[in-house]
Amino acid sequence: MRSLTELETVFEAPPATGDPEVAAAELLQASEEVLEHWIRARGDVPTQDTREGFRLLALHRQGAKGDPSFNACRETCREIAYHYNLVTMGDVYSDITDRLCMMAMISKHLYLFVSGKMQVAGLGEFCCSAKPIRAADGATST
Amino acid sequence: MTMKDKYKKVAYYPGCALEGSGHSYNRSTKAVGKALGLELVEVKNWNCCGAMEVKNVDPKLQTYLSSRVMSVAANEMDMDVVMAPCNGCYHNLKKAEYDLKNDAESAEVVDRLSKKAGHKTYESGQVETIHALDWIKDTIGEEGLAARVKNSLSGLKIANYYGCMYTRPRHIFPEKDQGPGSESTSKPHFMDDLLAAAGAENVDFPLKTACCGGAHTLSDSDISTKLVLNILKTAKLAGADVIATECPTCHSGLEMHQIRAEKTLGEKVDIKILYFTQLLGMALGLKAKKVGVHENISDSIKFLKAKGLG
Repeated sequence: MRSLTELETVFEAPPATGDPEVAAAELLQASEEVLEHWIRARGDVPTQDTREGFRLLALHRQGAKGDPSFNACRETCREIAYHYNLVTMGDVYSDITDRLCMMAMISKHLYLFVSGKMQVAGLGEFCCSAKPIRAADGATST
Repeated sequence: MTMKDKYKKVAYYPGCALEGSGHSYNRSTKAVGKALGLELVEVKNWNCCGAMEVKNVDPKLQTYLSSRVMSVAANEMDMDVVMAPCNGCYHNLKKAEYDLKNDAESAEVVDRLSKKAGHKTYESGQVETIHALDWIKDTIGEEGLAARVKNSLSGLKIANYYGCMYTRPRHIFPEKDQGPGSESTSKPHFMDDLLAAAGAENVDFPLKTACCGGAHTLSDSDISTKLVLNILKTAKLAGADVIATECPTCHSGLEMHQIRAEKTLGEKVDIKILYFTQLLGMALGLKAKKVGVHENISDSIKFLKAKGLG
């Protein structure tokens, strides 16, 4: 598994000029590795299962288990899968490079969220799970 | 009574942000309501919804604060709909409604604090909380809006950014994901629908609910700046020249981190950030100043004039 720093360079690289399907698969693989970092950091073994045909979605589900705040990146993961399908399952697009660039931007957002959350665990917690950021403090005045 | 009639006169809960950094959202919401013939009756003596600060310290106290706003609307103003344009307020009132219905301990705390404060306890279901998007979409609708457009937004390419608190967590929004006509939590579209009716071209924007690090915008600014920068660049790549917002926190975050990204990361993204109510207001023929464009942090006046708006 590549380091998060190595993965960032994948998302920032200009789109590959070769086979678009290979480039899309590389971005998908790199996104899966981002989620693997999150899961391993929590002491779990990343699943090899798939959901709706994507290991990425199964990994997201595993990462969100017991931590609803991780759903802050649920739609981002689904958009990566959607853009992968646009590149690999559609007809020949004239804008295939744009599709790949967009997939890279969405994958980078996943990277930024997960790497940010590994620094600040509360990221996404307040908004997306409606839990207080300092719930662990047990502060209640009522 | 149909939803269309029910929402014509609503209790208006602007919340704290709309009296401060989000004042242009307050101004434009009121102006659009007036132009559309909709009546807003401000909640009397309203208080903070508990926002981030109270919720972080004591979530049940936040539930009480939100419930008091709903209690005033229901019991002192005899209103059955509260409209909150701020995603944070909207989210907190929805969460309070959910907690009061499903958590006996929350209901007990709210009852105790309400008695102590000397007002009637809010009972779950007394009011319906809606967002400004629901308000316009359900009363006027796309056809009604299109018929009232005096200055089409044609030529504007817009990425609609909904942020997180409008759709997450899903369980506090039971009216969403109910099939045709309802809002979607995974791919929200109400803002897209209204702006399209006003003539704008919505771009396919994949990060419309992506995290911007909003709650950590001050404590962990670098993370927020990177997330916002990626949202801005993605909108630009999608072909947008404007990001439309429907939340003062999202709006301020996008504007401030746009500036910070330029200063700290040396990355400038030339994209304008406007409230959807500002855009709708100008489409209805209102001047840019009337909808508070001059109160935004970023300067969009020249851009709008070049597009024949404002």
